[in-house]
Amino acid sequence: MAFELTRDISTLKSHARNIRMNSIRMLAEAGSGHPGGSLSAADITAALLFGVMKHDPANPQWEERDRFIMSKGHCVPAWYSALAQAGYFDEKELINLRKFGSFLQGHPDRVRCNAMEASTGSLGQGLSIALGMAMTAKMDKKAWRVYCMIGDGESQEGQIWEAVMAASKFKLNNLTLILDNNNAQIDGYVEDVMSLTPIDAKWRSFNWHVIAINGHDMEQVIKALDEAQATKDRPTLIWAKTVKGKGVSFMENQVGWHGKTPNPEETEQALKELAQV
Amino acid sequence: MSTKATRLAFGEALVDIGRSNPNVVVLDADLSKSTMTCLFADKYPERFFEFGIAEANMIGAGAGMALSGKVPFVCSFACFITGRFDTIRISVGYAKANVKIVGTHAGIGIGEDGHSQMGLEDIGLMRSIPGMVVIQPADEVETKQAVAFAAQHDGPVYLRLTRQKLPDVNGEGYKFQLGKGAELAPGADMTIIASGGTVQHALKAKELLAAKKIDARIVNIHSIKPIDEELIVKCAKETGCLFTVEDHSIIGGLGSAVCEVTSEKFPVPVKRWGVLDQFGQSGSPEDMYKEYKLDAEGIAGSAAEFFKAVK
Repeated sequence: MAFELTRDISTLKSHARNIRMNSIRMLAEAGSGHPGGSLSAADITAALLFGVMKHDPANPQWEERDRFIMSKGHCVPAWYSALAQAGYFDEKELINLRKFGSFLQGHPDRVRCNAMEASTGSLGQGLSIALGMAMTAKMDKKAWRVYCMIGDGESQEGQIWEAVMAASKFKLNNLTLILDNNNAQIDGYVEDVMSLTPIDAKWRSFNWHVIAINGHDMEQVIKALDEAQATKDRPTLIWAKTVKGKGVSFMENQVGWHGKTPNPEETEQALKELAQV
Repeated sequence: MSTKATRLAFGEALVDIGRSNPNVVVLDADLSKSTMTCLFADKYPERFFEFGIAEANMIGAGAGMALSGKVPFVCSFACFITGRFDTIRISVGYAKANVKIVGTHAGIGIGEDGHSQMGLEDIGLMRSIPGMVVIQPADEVETKQAVAFAAQHDGPVYLRLTRQKLPDVNGEGYKFQLGKGAELAPGADMTIIASGGTVQHALKAKELLAAKKIDARIVNIHSIKPIDEELIVKCAKETGCLFTVEDHSIIGGLGSAVCEVTSEKFPVPVKRWGVLDQFGQSGSPEDMYKEYKLDAEGIAGSAAEFFKAVK
């Protein structure tokens, strides 16, 4: 039976809060991983899995399901948290992230975890996979949609732009791309490392429909996902302006929290702050 | 005896398979008239997708189609498609996506276009990916059956094809079997193991070697991964030395694969012959095979030298 979705903003926000808290818990336990981008992606992942996408936790391979590709694979803790909350697997599994033998690999592995649609983590590849899936849906005249999340740093990869070009050529209005624009990557701020500005003009010039939102405003996120679904003849980019490390005061906008996990004191502090959001 | 480029045999086979399997889709990157996927495109335009000169995205899209139930053949020149190695490694290999990767214009045998268009490292690259099947057919019938095999095999396959025409080297009643090589001609003194476009020259080299009183056995290996360990060990035991021939770098290709078997299972002297640690260049295919000593005379000369050194 398909998962029962909700449009109640406060419910979705509470899902996002749980995603954040579980992301921090699992990353702290793992001792390595990427908290900054998992926190920036949390509201969008909550909106997708609990508010928008057709899916069935009891049947991850349900043919009519909507597909989600976490192309910025290092931020998969946010998606694992969401999947556990939706019932794909026991929440207790989350603490096994990155541990030997766990299906919760450091980056998505569809062979070990059948709730994942693709294996990603080498940046720049997930959008092409999403595009191929959207083409299958078109070929087979299926109603299911494909969602893909990329990072802003990731968008420096050339393959992203090959896929952006192809998605409009093939008129993939069943493909929604979400850009988690948190403006931080390993070596610094995206603006300094390799700027993407102007983002909207880039995608528009490739004939995409572009919707700019605050990626932490749940109402805006839901509205944008609905608008993407209603868009004809072209793919949609949801340009989500986000804050790296959102919700944890000492992580917000700090490049250093891209790929570093909190110690026990920091974890306690982070969870305390997140519980109040 | 008919001669046909394996890329053309592939293009014809795709049309046949497209007829019987509606899930087969074909993706190309602005080379459909060269890879011969244009034949499929004419027949099944709704299942043919032109990706332009953007191979990495084509491969990734192929992975997405495979993960949603299609059987995609993603096609370009061997060098261009395997040059997008990381996309193949992760989106296809690691994900166990059922994608058929087709690289045409393999080796120096393409001739005039020169080095940048020659696939010379592709076997080594593809062989290194866990689960990837690597096939290089030597003539029309082998190609057609290899394409049929690839379409029904569940998992990634790399198919390596030639630009140039190849004569039939397999007899009537040929049956393709994954992981099985074939003895094309008997011989007791040494075994020449060849693949793809060089098999025909190896067969001619046998005659030249006979004149030097060297009785060479000729083996065709189309299935480079998995490789026929049993046959290689048998030849090593029975003839005492092996000489491998391929239109590919001697680093990472058929010769390396054969050495990996002999060194672990039954060590005997092996000479790897092919494109040495060097680049290709422009010239006619005949010029190329002469210069790189991959024609019958070149193979026979090098094989005789090797034979004298080890026996």
